[in-house]
Amino acid sequence: MVPLSWYLIVGAALFSLGLYGALSRRNSIAVLMGVELILNAVNLNLIAFGRYVIPLAVTGQVFALFVLAVAAAEAAVGLALIIAIYRSRDSVNLEDVDLMKG
Amino acid sequence: MTSTQLIFLVIALLTVGAGFMVVTTRNLFHAALWLVGSFFGVAGLYAMLEAGFLAVAQILVYVGAISTLIIFAIMLSRGMMLGRTVMRNYQWAISAVVAAGLFVLLVIVVLQINWPVVVGPVSETAIADIGSALVGEYLVPFEVVSVLLLAALMGAIMIARERQ
Repeated sequence: MVPLSWYLIVGAALFSLGLYGALSRRNSIAVLMGVELILNAVNLNLIAFGRYVIPLAVTGQVFALFVLAVAAAEAAVGLALIIAIYRSRDSVNLEDVDLMKG
Repeated sequence: MTSTQLIFLVIALLTVGAGFMVVTTRNLFHAALWLVGSFFGVAGLYAMLEAGFLAVAQILVYVGAISTLIIFAIMLSRGMMLGRTVMRNYQWAISAVVAAGLFVLLVIVVLQINWPVVVGPVSETAIADIGSALVGEYLVPFEVVSVLLLAALMGAIMIARERQ
């Protein structure tokens, strides 16, 4: 059987990659992709812990399902915002979106 | 090394490799396609964790819906299909250091802690258990998530709507 720590390391790698993507990209759609990677890493950890620590309960999977639903809502609203910003400013680069900067 | 571990390593390498391409490739459209690969890899890991329902939900929601949405957004914002020369902002180097540091820290913690692992089979009626948990123990969060999805749906339409 695969040790639990292997799954956790894959989750940590996905989280770090997503964090790097969210922090280093100029394009707002690319930042959103980084956030999706982070959410996937969290879900992987939830299911791995559920499988290895409480194998008979489904708590981990139910929580992962809720994260999945919130991720879907986040993607829909986030991409709608990006399209609205693109319409008004003709760019999706985060450096051009500084309307609220003092 | 057993064959299960070998399959795990192949899927994990595919997932992390595709995730690496998502955050490093210069072409945004290619990044979206690599993201689909990463989602498939995570679905494979769910299947290896004997979470069949979540593996199918992952493919339906992430590969089927969210990737399509991202690709639509890329195509709707003109000029993004072409390879851009500068995709990174001025803080990419410090971001890389922070992300790598976090990864090393997490691996050290994961390897040091003695996790209370219980070796045993999963519930044979796992999918039925998920269903009854959603309308039993987790009824309130389930309903809240339904309202959240409806609100997000209407909000997305309102925000992205073309104004006359």
